[in-house]
Amino acid sequence: MSNAEWPLWEVFIRSKQGLDHKHAGSLRAADAEMAIENARDVYTRRSEGVSIWVVESKNVYASSPEDNASFFEPSDSKIFRHPTFYEVPDGIEHM
Amino acid sequence: MTHNEALFKYIIRIGDNSLILGQRLSEWCGHGPVLEEDIALTNTALDLIGQATSLLKYAGEIEGKGRNEDQLAFLRYEHEYLNCQLVELPNTDYAYTLARQFLFDHFNYLMYQELLDSEDKQLAAIAEKSLKEVTYHRRRSSEWMIRLGDGTQESHERIQAAMDDIWEYSGELFTGDDIDQMMLDSGIGVNLTKIKAEWHKSVAEVLETATLEKPKDDFMQLGGKQGKHTEYMGYILAEMQYMQRAYPNCEW
Repeated sequence: MSNAEWPLWEVFIRSKQGLDHKHAGSLRAADAEMAIENARDVYTRRSEGVSIWVVESKNVYASSPEDNASFFEPSDSKIFRHPTFYEVPDGIEHM
Repeated sequence: MTHNEALFKYIIRIGDNSLILGQRLSEWCGHGPVLEEDIALTNTALDLIGQATSLLKYAGEIEGKGRNEDQLAFLRYEHEYLNCQLVELPNTDYAYTLARQFLFDHFNYLMYQELLDSEDKQLAAIAEKSLKEVTYHRRRSSEWMIRLGDGTQESHERIQAAMDDIWEYSGELFTGDDIDQMMLDSGIGVNLTKIKAEWHKSVAEVLETATLEKPKDDFMQLGGKQGKHTEYMGYILAEMQYMQRAYPNCEW
């Protein structure tokens, strides 16, 4: 008997109100069709979604944690990139 | 047999199919080959128990003796259960479990399709609700036939062996008796001859895609619908009824 594991899939679910698919988790399945069915059974049992995407995990390329310092920290010191310095004219609410 | 007695038994048969198969599948809960399958199969078991609840509740109302769905599920004797023998067969392994599911799902789907037009509005309503669940069950077990049949050599051999082994229990699904005839004549029940032809067609299509050989219709085991069961039935009931027998009327 083969002990090979099924490939890993990342599951994205769009909720009733949502416009975008959000990452829900991962699971194992023999192929894409089974991954969709397993995702239906594992992640939408409590009416979480109206649409499912699955992507085989090996096809997701991720940034490396080692790069975090050079990737993300420089923006921490550049608060001027946030639009917080405009003067809001009188009479404008909810800004 | 009065019309009401026939209707009661007709609904009990459908309800018991769901009840006993649901109980069988629930044995996999916590023992599935992988986590995803464990959850998926338990979902199916819950769907079936839910359908059984609606059907037995309605059967109790038809009978008019004050028995509710729990009393019908847990306090009848073996010969009073009218499910077909297919659903009481043991799980054995995943091939047998899915082969049994596949044969039953295709029947259940076609039966509920027909019941949508039943003269009995309550039965038609139950069929409409159940059909959404059963459509998915059928899709899922069919996909599994293809994966196992057209998978590895070992998976192919094992699913073919399971299919060959349990095929003789498929004929009962389409074997009618006087109750089926009374229900058909009154526009309540389904036409088993029509369903049989459609079942053979849809099952053959999946098996062909799955590179599996469709077993020949030969000797068929019969009797479950009349209350005659396999040796396995008593064990199912012993486990299922234990709580109500040991602690009468207990609720939780």
